[in-house]
Amino acid sequence: MIKYLGIALLYAGVLFDLIGCIGLVRLPDVYNRLQAATKCVTLGTCMILAGTILMTTSLILAIQGIICLVFILITSPTAAHALARGAYKAGVKLWDKSIVDHYGEDQS
Amino acid sequence: MANKIILFLLSYLIWLLLTWPFDFSTGQINVQAIVAGFIASILVAMIMREISYHRLARLFNPLRYFWFCVYILVFSYYLVKSNLDVAFRVLHPDLPIKPGIVKIKTRLQTDTAITALANSITLTPGTLTVDYRNDGYFYVHWIYVTTFSQEEAAARIIGRFEWFIHKIFEG
Repeated sequence: MIKYLGIALLYAGVLFDLIGCIGLVRLPDVYNRLQAATKCVTLGTCMILAGTILMTTSLILAIQGIICLVFILITSPTAAHALARGAYKAGVKLWDKSIVDHYGEDQS
Repeated sequence: MANKIILFLLSYLIWLLLTWPFDFSTGQINVQAIVAGFIASILVAMIMREISYHRLARLFNPLRYFWFCVYILVFSYYLVKSNLDVAFRVLHPDLPIKPGIVKIKTRLQTDTAITALANSITLTPGTLTVDYRNDGYFYVHWIYVTTFSQEEAAARIIGRFEWFIHKIFEG
């Protein structure tokens, strides 16, 4: 039973990773692409890890999986935040159909 | 100094768990991994800024752990929801997005709480933290802006998390 749950999590994780990658190609600018990259890829990778934890019989492998899961949940949004801020400071413009930019208004 | 030793032990423990140089079935130990981890952990402990543990007493408050567990559940729900939302927008032929950067105010004070809130914002429905200003304002990139009002945006983006994070880290 647990094995099938693990397999289901693996498939769902791969699906979310795939959607994240499609988003990376389809969305218009850096900030929108980061949205797809962080959200879908974080959840997808966490699901793959969770599936592995459920399916493995080795205790140490499960512990390693949990450590990786926590690290991904902390570092992935932090990296996205650093990239978005860095891109804005480096002068990367928002998509021309963006409707509001309070950040730019406050800096000028 | 005590901080650095705690930091060293913590990073060494994580290193050992991740590399796991012990093989109980054959009784062999990978000395190389143990020595390399020792050196790497000392370097990490030396480079890192001193972390202050003056709020250490808070770690032993069980109520915090209770709220943390509740928060994990609430957060998981929104994490899955946000992924379905982004998946819908990405796969829709017309690409229904209305992006923009909005400014929202938070009442959280401590560094840890603000970091946790920023990461929560990034992982939930259509929002991505771009910057934080020291007077309590977040700049958030929103994939589908539904309101221009600052209070309204704050309620929609962080309203459901701020209370929890305040309970966990500052209560």
